[in-house]
Amino acid sequence: MTHLPLDQQLLDSCAALLLLLSFAMLSQRRIVTLVNLYALQGAVLAAATLLLAWRTGEDHLYLSAALTLALKVAFLPWLLHRLIRRLDVYWDTEPLLNVSGTMLAGLVIVVFAFALAQPITRLADTATRSAVGIAISVVLLAFLMMITRRKAMSQVIGFLSMENGVFFGAMSASYGMPMVVELGVALDVLVAVLVLGVFFFQIRERFESLDLHHLESLKEHD
Amino acid sequence: MITPLPKLLVGCIALLLGWVAVGLAGLLRPRSVRLAGRILFPLGALIGFALAALAVTSLLGGGIERMVLPIGLPGLPAHLRLDPLSSVFLALLGATAGGISLFAGGYFRVGQGTAPGLLGLQYHLFLASMGWVLIAADAYSFLLAWEAMALTSYFLVVTEHRRPEIRRAGLIYLLMAHVGALAILLAFGVMHGAGPLTFHAMRTAHLSSGWAAVAFLLALFGFGAKAGLVPLHVWLPEAHPAAPSPVSALMSGVMLKTAVYGILRVALDLLGPPVWWWGLVPLALGLFTILYGALFAAVQTDMKRLLAYSSVENIGVIFTGIGLTIVFAGSGMPAVAALALLATLYHCLNHAMMKSVLFLGTGAVLHATGERNLGRLGGLIHRMPWVAWLTLIGALAIAGLPPLNGFVSEWLLLQSFLFGDQVPHTFVNLLIPMGMAVVVLGAALAGYVMVKFYGVIFLGRPREAALEQAHDCGWLERLGLAWLAFGCLALGLLPVPVIGALSRVSAQLVGAVVPQTSAYGWLLAPVPGRSVSYGPAVLLTATVAVVLLTVLAVRLLFPQRVRRVSAWDCGFGALTARMQDTAEGFGQPIRHLFQPFFEMQRELPAPEDSAPRYRIVIRERIWTLVYEPLCAATEGLANIAARVQQGRISVYLLYSFVTLLVLLAVALLS
Repeated sequence: MTHLPLDQQLLDSCAALLLLLSFAMLSQRRIVTLVNLYALQGAVLAAATLLLAWRTGEDHLYLSAALTLALKVAFLPWLLHRLIRRLDVYWDTEPLLNVSGTMLAGLVIVVFAFALAQPITRLADTATRSAVGIAISVVLLAFLMMITRRKAMSQVIGFLSMENGVFFGAMSASYGMPMVVELGVALDVLVAVLVLGVFFFQIRERFESLDLHHLESLKEHD
Repeated sequence: MITPLPKLLVGCIALLLGWVAVGLAGLLRPRSVRLAGRILFPLGALIGFALAALAVTSLLGGGIERMVLPIGLPGLPAHLRLDPLSSVFLALLGATAGGISLFAGGYFRVGQGTAPGLLGLQYHLFLASMGWVLIAADAYSFLLAWEAMALTSYFLVVTEHRRPEIRRAGLIYLLMAHVGALAILLAFGVMHGAGPLTFHAMRTAHLSSGWAAVAFLLALFGFGAKAGLVPLHVWLPEAHPAAPSPVSALMSGVMLKTAVYGILRVALDLLGPPVWWWGLVPLALGLFTILYGALFAAVQTDMKRLLAYSSVENIGVIFTGIGLTIVFAGSGMPAVAALALLATLYHCLNHAMMKSVLFLGTGAVLHATGERNLGRLGGLIHRMPWVAWLTLIGALAIAGLPPLNGFVSEWLLLQSFLFGDQVPHTFVNLLIPMGMAVVVLGAALAGYVMVKFYGVIFLGRPREAALEQAHDCGWLERLGLAWLAFGCLALGLLPVPVIGALSRVSAQLVGAVVPQTSAYGWLLAPVPGRSVSYGPAVLLTATVAVVLLTVLAVRLLFPQRVRRVSAWDCGFGALTARMQDTAEGFGQPIRHLFQPFFEMQRELPAPEDSAPRYRIVIRERIWTLVYEPLCAATEGLANIAARVQQGRISVYLLYSFVTLLVLLAVALLS
């Protein structure tokens, strides 16, 4: 085994932590914890970005680390916590697929993601290329989480976690996206959460619950 | 020949824009009948006459003008072109629309659904888009105008949109129009190959024979749906009774002809020299359409429905002509192809004039009596002499009686049929002359239909008491009707100059002209190599002379004064209006003879019934045989597709997830 420099080792452990947090989110049914896990994921992401910025000396990565910290660790979790309190949803109901089944599916997905990452890894010449597989796994695991949950709240967190994966992927494959794109995405996420917050209130007003199976009645009947 | 400044084409565009402007002006005071009726519609009529004059000038000049306007898609500006074929149809549009607009000026009143100003806008946009279809020279602007034409006419059909059956009729029309437009779009897609979408590029593109046939059949389907070729005619009998009469006249007289223009443009111009067997398809369909339309017209009791089926029949005649043209042109017989093409074009002009007269006549009757059912009309010739006599001209013309115009085109068509035995393909040369029998049967049935139409509405005695109060139409309406009836007379009496002008189209499309008339100048003798001729003026003079002589002879031989006494009533005593032959009764022999064509539901009274009631509903078998299974199949497919829609967000997410995974896997494996 070749000896890796310390910063590389740190980056790899950040990536591993991200994946671990994704699995934790997949298995977690308490929504408050889910938000906390999301905030933690944001923090690890910010740390990884900072590390990379220090290592490569790319200025815009510092900015993007700061943005991640402000948005994903502070503001969005605070907003989500507030929503949880006001809407009084602390628990998700039983997921559509039980936890162990979901974890197994998650495992298969991770293997698939790493297989998928191989050609990209070969092309990229960045320091963090081993992390591309993890980024794809995070995206797909978040997607899986959105599929298996019933509460709208968990799905929003899944959506946000997916964005984390995309962000990490961009960072590991090519040292982040152009600043404009990154800002745009950050704004998108912010607006999406705000709009969804409004939706939650509307959904609850209409169905007196945030359980999404009520929305099935909106389907056009023949 | 390209002139530096295409004056005629510019003038033509200006006139079309004039129509748009006239339409928009109606929006100033949308509720004002006076503005729309007394000013705008007559103004539109003037533009129509100017357009006709311009088109005739262009036709006689025989040149081709091109122009490119910098509007439209990026990389595809609007190409426009004025050639003899466009000119003929522009002249048809202008002259017919002029007469109809005059009539419409007096026709539309308040309280018919759409406000008059808005109606005027739709009407004039409809006219302008038809004109644009005729001068467009690239697929994009052609289809744009084509769709504008379909949409504006849809809104005109549903003018009285508060009645559900009218909305239903509009929907059927809109559906057929769009299915047809789709086929036309595909046809253009096939034709342009890899080149740009201009008509010029399509002319030079070399298609393999298979693809050319596909393009032709698609175009035939698309334009056939608009024209009303059986079995795509189902919208005609629904939309025509629903629309206000000037709109029916415009749709039947002019819009159907834009479809004829389209198929001529595609088959004889854009696709290059046609293959002879293509012609067999429109020929066979056309012949069937003639028979079908005539039979259904004969059994109708709604006067506008009757005229709609009569339009179907005439479209059959026109498509038969197109079929013959293609067969002859593809078999190396350009002179005969020219003859068939002339018959086709002539019939287009004729039908525009005579069917407009008839539809407008029904409109005047409808306004005067509020009745469309033939069973409640009768004896109107005494109350509405203007309408009755002018409609008579149209009815005689469409029945194909000389010296009116309907006879000329049918005669030309039959003459070209006589060359069918010279087509160099066995069986076909035996079968084509037999088609002539169908055309003749159709002509006879058309005469029968017109006897029924005219006799039941205008002759005899009024079947309802309310008809006594019917009043003749106003002066604008009379003017419009008179212009169109004059058109029927003129086209009938002066075939020689008309044929001379139309020959420029045959020179353009099939590269031949018919031998120029006879040495006498006023005898029409267009048949190559055969000495047949027709002189309507001679015929008219002779007819008038014979009638005058007879009258004189009767006067001289029986000098008593005329006595007026009541007719002999077999001693029965009290003849009532209800004892006349009815529309149902008149159509009964046809219904009986051609029973397999009709799907009938009868309600017969029992012998001891004190209040006997006789009712018969006739439907087209095509609904149960073709359209209803088609609808059911579509709905079944739609229901299967609807199972994808579960209403559960998880399932929708799963769809995206699985799609993503599959795509990624494909990317990974390739």
